[in-house]
Amino acid sequence: MYASVFKNITSEDLKAMIRALLLPLIAMSIFLGVWSASAAQVQTSLGQLPGPADVYKQASNLYDEHIAERDKEAAFYARQEERNAKKLEANADAEIKVRSYTGKATFFDQIITSLITVFTGFMIASLIAIPIGIVTGLSNGLYQAINPIVQLLKPVSPLAWLPIVTMIVSAVYVTDDPMFSKSYVTSAITVTLCCMWPTLINTAVGVSTMDKDLNNVSKVLRLGWLTNIYKIVLPSSMPMIFTGLRLSLSIGWMVLIAAEMLAQNPGLGKFVWDEFQNGSSNSLGRIIVAVIAIGLIGFMLDRTMLLLQRRFSWDKTAVLR
Amino acid sequence: MSFEHLNIDHVSMEFPTPKGVYVALENVNLVIEKGEFVSLIGHSGCGKSTVLNVVAGLHQATKGGVVLDGKEVNEPGPDRAVVFQNHSLLPWLTSYQNVELAVKQVFGKTKNKNEMKEWIEHNLALVHMGYAMHKRPEEISGGMKQRVGIARALAMQPKVLLMDEPFGALDALTRAHMQESLMEIQAELNNTVIMITHDVDEAVLLSDRIVMMTNGPAATIGEILKVELERPRNRVELADDAKYNYYRHKVLEFLYERQHVTGEKQAVSKKEGKSSQLNVVNPRVA
Repeated sequence: MYASVFKNITSEDLKAMIRALLLPLIAMSIFLGVWSASAAQVQTSLGQLPGPADVYKQASNLYDEHIAERDKEAAFYARQEERNAKKLEANADAEIKVRSYTGKATFFDQIITSLITVFTGFMIASLIAIPIGIVTGLSNGLYQAINPIVQLLKPVSPLAWLPIVTMIVSAVYVTDDPMFSKSYVTSAITVTLCCMWPTLINTAVGVSTMDKDLNNVSKVLRLGWLTNIYKIVLPSSMPMIFTGLRLSLSIGWMVLIAAEMLAQNPGLGKFVWDEFQNGSSNSLGRIIVAVIAIGLIGFMLDRTMLLLQRRFSWDKTAVLR
Repeated sequence: MSFEHLNIDHVSMEFPTPKGVYVALENVNLVIEKGEFVSLIGHSGCGKSTVLNVVAGLHQATKGGVVLDGKEVNEPGPDRAVVFQNHSLLPWLTSYQNVELAVKQVFGKTKNKNEMKEWIEHNLALVHMGYAMHKRPEEISGGMKQRVGIARALAMQPKVLLMDEPFGALDALTRAHMQESLMEIQAELNNTVIMITHDVDEAVLLSDRIVMMTNGPAATIGEILKVELERPRNRVELADDAKYNYYRHKVLEFLYERQHVTGEKQAVSKKEGKSSQLNVVNPRVA
């Protein structure tokens, strides 16, 4: 069975495969070598700049800490259950207390928090940007009206938005029993403000550059406004919308780390900041682990969007990379 | 009030341009009977498409108007279905779904689900596309796409079928096939058709009347030629037919002797012709 699979692989294919594996591998080893050699030359107040080996050690430390924390949590709940069971045994009507575990968030918990936060911000951005983009793309006048505002707000750094967002969230989001923490809301909104622009602009351009004949088809059929959007405009600008969404998500992820640092949202940004403030000899290594994790996750988010685009966009001829 | 089927009544069309008003059409006047096949022929940029767009309702005439069965045309609608030059199928839908979109819109309230399905399949079979109805436009050839475009237009059961150079982008052999199909369909359904063409043979073969247009700006109808050839028409037999060749000669004479254009202008492709149209300003107005 397997033989038949390999039979079709020619020596040309094999060469191509080896190249595809070998070239990145060579580049990676050179990169690690240069890093290792130059890191050894840099002395900081927190000790020597960590090389690849130190970073690997910190990564496994972080993993071990995560496992240890999980064990502690399991033990806590086991103790609590045991205690409550005993109480109930002595007196069936006894009031029992169930407390949730309040241990510190591990590196992996923080990754999850970051992902949830960035998705919230990205979703809100998409829900705002796509409809506005469609309406703007349909009307030349509206496009001219909105364009200066968009161009003005687009380059604003998340660090500039954050104080404003923080103040507004503190003033507006006031409840006794908050469902979400303020830091989470602030970070998500900052992500929204920074990452909605590429989607908005690309949607508007996609809609406005739509094939004029398709527009005429819609007119001849007398499609209603909503049907026209849903059946003609939206599908025809889908490739451009996806391009915008991909750009938005990468920007959102980049912005999130900065937002979390300042808003103290318990995600990767806070992790980096806390390690920096902590100032132990391990800190730099742990920060570099975070940097690599941020890069990897950003890469995976982009690939996920690419997969979605391949799945949902009709334009299979487009070269996606 | 009026008993004509379709009346293009003294239509003039002006477009504002930065350099002044461009008069595309002046006083186009044409009455078309039910079931008639009319071709519009003329050089590039003579406003043939503008006439078609006015009838379709995609453009509004500056002066005059179009009356269909006693009602003035002032917006596009499925009773004047258009077959566009480059098929303009929705690329994300299959052939079936493309026709379905039109059928749902036109018959959504009068036909039930099964009747609609039957009607869609019937129309695709009519253009010989029954076997490929679940393919997307990118998977089928240019001629097949145009067939689906025609099926979509026919499925609306239009009072008038408007065709804007429907076979212009096809190779000669495919074009001949499409012309045969169109004649068959026309014999069966007896639609009123207005077709724009560049092709003299196509015009003579298919039409009851050939409307020859003068060059723009301010283009208008130069001459109308009635083609009295027996139907069904066979292109091979007609090749040696004296009458056929006489009609052919008449059209060629009009186009190349009476409406002579310089070689340079002739060489301008259709699309460029359209954009350059806007740069030419009618000296009388400007």
